[in-house]
Amino acid sequence: MFEDMAKRPAIWLSGEDSTSQIVLSSRIRLARNISNCPFPSEADTDSREKVLSFIKSAIDKSPTLSQGRFVKCTQLDDLDRSFLLERHLISLEFRQCRDSSALFIGEGEQVSIMINEEDHLRIQSLQSGLNIRAAYQIAAKIDEELAKSLEFAFDSNFGYLTSCPTNVGTGMRASVLIHLPGLALTKEIENVISQISKLGLAVRGFYGEGSDVLGALFQVSNQTTLGRSEEDITESLERVTQQIIEYEENARNRLFKDAKDQIEDKIFRAYGILKFARTLTSEEVLNLLSAIRLGIGEGIVKMVTLSQINEILAFSQPSHLQKYFNKRMEPGERDRIRAKLIRSKLAEGK
Amino acid sequence: MLCQNCGKKEATVHLTQVVNDEKVELHLCRECAEKKRFHTPFEGVPFPLAEFLASMLDQSLIEKPSKVSDKKCSTCGMRFSDFSKIGRLGCGNCYVTFRSQLNDLLRKIHGSSQHRGGVPFTPGDVMKPLREERKLQEELKKAIQEENFEKAAQLRDQIKALSNKK
Ligand SMILES: [Zn+2]
Ligand SMILES: [Zn+2]
Repeated sequence: MFEDMAKRPAIWLSGEDSTSQIVLSSRIRLARNISNCPFPSEADTDSREKVLSFIKSAIDKSPTLSQGRFVKCTQLDDLDRSFLLERHLISLEFRQCRDSSALFIGEGEQVSIMINEEDHLRIQSLQSGLNIRAAYQIAAKIDEELAKSLEFAFDSNFGYLTSCPTNVGTGMRASVLIHLPGLALTKEIENVISQISKLGLAVRGFYGEGSDVLGALFQVSNQTTLGRSEEDITESLERVTQQIIEYEENARNRLFKDAKDQIEDKIFRAYGILKFARTLTSEEVLNLLSAIRLGIGEGIVKMVTLSQINEILAFSQPSHLQKYFNKRMEPGERDRIRAKLIRSKLAEGK
Repeated sequence: MLCQNCGKKEATVHLTQVVNDEKVELHLCRECAEKKRFHTPFEGVPFPLAEFLASMLDQSLIEKPSKVSDKKCSTCGMRFSDFSKIGRLGCGNCYVTFRSQLNDLLRKIHGSSQHRGGVPFTPGDVMKPLREERKLQEELKKAIQEENFEKAAQLRDQIKALSNKK
């Protein structure tokens, strides 16, 4: 399944405007539950099936969700699930889902709805670049349309009721995926993270082997969901993200002033490896692409475009690679095929 | 630095979180981070709160089990002691059953126990007064930002009238 989708990069990797160089994507996730039905973890199969059919018919009635594809978890094998995860359409939690869970994917993949994940409903809206407000508006519209046929569990003190009390209130998680090689290289990132943490936002980075942040990618999201309005949360995330962009730009300026030769060397070496290597792991690709993305952002790299980089980033993920070639592969074979695909993508020129 | 969870492998995933001026740090090895759904920056869970929650609950509520009669939710059958172990509630009615304990806990997690966000449009529209009040609150905020104090005063009166009706 999804081989057609695997032919093009996901929405979060399709941004080409200037904000997309630093902020890859903006995402809103709303948690909702149907009133008077136990949450999925406590519900028996009957109850879960009932909830699923309620939600399915509500989706059918929603004008915003008129186009899309509805798949039940039982139709998805392991590779399908990993692919959807790489595409940011499902959560890690959903990857483990059993019977009576389902997924709706809206046209263009900007919207996805997980049914019977940790909560009955997880409405997700995804935009490329820094577009938190646009993402929120779409999620809010879907929420409103679904509420016309579903009665959500709500309490005037606690707000929207969720399985985990960390989501209660707005039920909203707003996040941006942000590329911060400048702050990572100047080691200022720790400082920035601790500052952001004081503002009710959470930052996470993924550290691979050694101490380098893998791909210099970070996710910033709101930590609390209760006591603030949706507008407050999205506005503060946007404000802080703009601040981080400024820090990142300053760090880059300093890097190119103080260590121009080393940075340029790092960027062009990355390009050389991608262009000629015979085996590449997905983690290595993530790091190499990070350097090239920095080079494009600073106007140094001209022989490859941002959309080529995004395409390579998308297709070099393990499940994308297998879906792209419609073939199951062991890691060793993947590394060879990945290197070959990247060579051909880079040979295509701009 | 060694992983805080298993204490065996080198920690490669580092997280810092400040909740209500309290700094919480987490250093995990890759395997443990993955187990805690925490290994990629692409995922939405900001902090492995089940653990965090359990540690907070331990201190604040579990220590005085004699005072907390272990209530049971009449809808789903969950007891508060079950919740404190798994960090997940069973149904919407759990929030009503455990209201007072949750009030404390939510203040610790979110710094507040009062919802100030959107209100659902429900079929019977029992939520209408709440939605109206929220709309007026938003308008009031805007009026104050725009320094339109005359309008702000009007809105304040309307909100007062609305909450008197409740
Ligand atoms: Zn460990
Ligand atoms: Zn319950």
